[in-house]
Amino acid sequence: MQLSAVLLIIIIAQIRKQLIRSKQLPDLQELLKKSIVVVAVLFVLTNVGPIEEIVRLVIDALLILSIYIVYNREELKPYRNIMYAYIPFIILSILKHITTMLPESWEDAVETYVDAASAFAIIWMVAMLIIANKQNKALRTETQKREEEEKMKQLAEEKKAELEVLVAERTKELLLQKEELQLAVEHLKATQDQLIHAEKMASLGELTAGIAHEIQNPLNFVNNFSEVNQELAEEMKEDLEKMQLSEADKTHLISLVNNIRQNQDKINFHGKRADSIVKGMLQHSRKGTGQKEPVDLNEMVDEYVRLSYHGLRAKDKNFNATIDVHLDPAITKVPLLPQDIGRALLNILNNAFYAVNEKKNSGIPDYSPTIRVNTRLVDKGKKWVYVTVRDNGNGIPDAVKDKIFQPFFTTKPTGKGTGLGLSLSYDIITQGHGGELKMLSKEGEFTEFVIKLPV
Amino acid sequence: MKILVVDDERDIQMLFEQRFRRELRQGAVELAFAFSGEEALTYLSNHHHEAVLILSDINMPGMSGLELLHHIKERYENPPPVVMMITAYGDAENFNKAMELGADDFLTKPLDFNILKEKLKLN
Repeated sequence: MQLSAVLLIIIIAQIRKQLIRSKQLPDLQELLKKSIVVVAVLFVLTNVGPIEEIVRLVIDALLILSIYIVYNREELKPYRNIMYAYIPFIILSILKHITTMLPESWEDAVETYVDAASAFAIIWMVAMLIIANKQNKALRTETQKREEEEKMKQLAEEKKAELEVLVAERTKELLLQKEELQLAVEHLKATQDQLIHAEKMASLGELTAGIAHEIQNPLNFVNNFSEVNQELAEEMKEDLEKMQLSEADKTHLISLVNNIRQNQDKINFHGKRADSIVKGMLQHSRKGTGQKEPVDLNEMVDEYVRLSYHGLRAKDKNFNATIDVHLDPAITKVPLLPQDIGRALLNILNNAFYAVNEKKNSGIPDYSPTIRVNTRLVDKGKKWVYVTVRDNGNGIPDAVKDKIFQPFFTTKPTGKGTGLGLSLSYDIITQGHGGELKMLSKEGEFTEFVIKLPV
Repeated sequence: MKILVVDDERDIQMLFEQRFRRELRQGAVELAFAFSGEEALTYLSNHHHEAVLILSDINMPGMSGLELLHHIKERYENPPPVVMMITAYGDAENFNKAMELGADDFLTKPLDFNILKEKLKLN
């Protein structure tokens, strides 16, 4: 009856193989490995006479145990169909074994049945093994397929994760690019606005100069003829005095001549006024005349601050202001048209002094008029000098901020300003010197002009 | 002294005649007028060496004051008449060109007759 021992070894080996394949219960795997050795020893021992019976019993018990284990452990479910093939054979072999222990007469009676059953059990076993083998094969291919699918799925997932990282990176890049582009667009818009403004100012300047040019000749005639008329009226008066006329006629005629003379005075006065405006307008057309020369800008600024201050003091003895001048010693000589820049500086400084004076005269208590002037050398790859003039006057209302550089725009009362000063300063600084003139202001608090000139 | 005044504005004649009325009455000055550069050249060729002083505007339709100046300085060498150019206020470009072409003196618009008379030593 060594057959049961061989079967037991086969079953144990197969169970172990099954477990190895499905990578389950490593402890049991180890145990089974050892038990193969044990069963092999038992197999040898079946040939040792005295303990043969006991060994057989042990093997039977182990077979039943193996059936139990296979049907009890969920992990061994795939093996059950093979086990199924062995069961009749195992039962039969145990029965056979039991029959050997029965009395002789019983044994003979049972033997024929057992032999028949043995044949059946073997056929059963072979058939079942074939079926199980087929099933297992199918199962294995199925499992393999599933594993492959699983692998593919995993691979796809990995790819997906990789792609997601890439997409995130690209998105980040695109967002960054978008922000950069937005910034660039804003920059372009600002530049465009500046260009439009500069273009507008330039064409306004040209227009102003053009108009002035056209008005100049007729206005000259008006002034010249009115001057001749003044002279003629004077002569006429002298001649009338010499004439033999009645006192009443003489008085009447002389008063008429006086009226004419006075009217001519008025015509001439207003003509001259118009002439000074026209001259201011013509300044707009003076482009690039004269050579730029290196000028000590600090000295110039200092000089013009004093000039402007004393100019206003001469008109208004009560006027007083704190003047705070900071000059950057790094500034040496700057190439410029001294007369033109002087004019621009004076315009801006006069406006500053005018603004603080106005605020002071409006009677604000504890107001101390202050003008801050400073120069600064800035190196941004290209060197620039900044001249900043800041006053703590009434500031410029937002509504007119865009207009202050336009010709004829003025907030001063009639006769006090032509509205040409800042527009001319703007032309001198931007067109004449390739610089910039900017204004910052808060109504009621301050106004600041920044002149930027290339060195 | 004979003065030829060249200007495209016709009213200049009335103005000069009134401004120089005393000098004209006294015979100290004689005035002639031309209303274009071409007219001025015709006058000069018809009245050879009569005009001592030529007062010319620069901006004129047709021949400009500068061209006229060029012609005069080229054609009349011995003795060349004195040419005073009248330039517009702040017109440095024309001033420099006239200077190069040999203008003898300059007056700026608006004409100040007192200055002109001073230059002519009539005061």
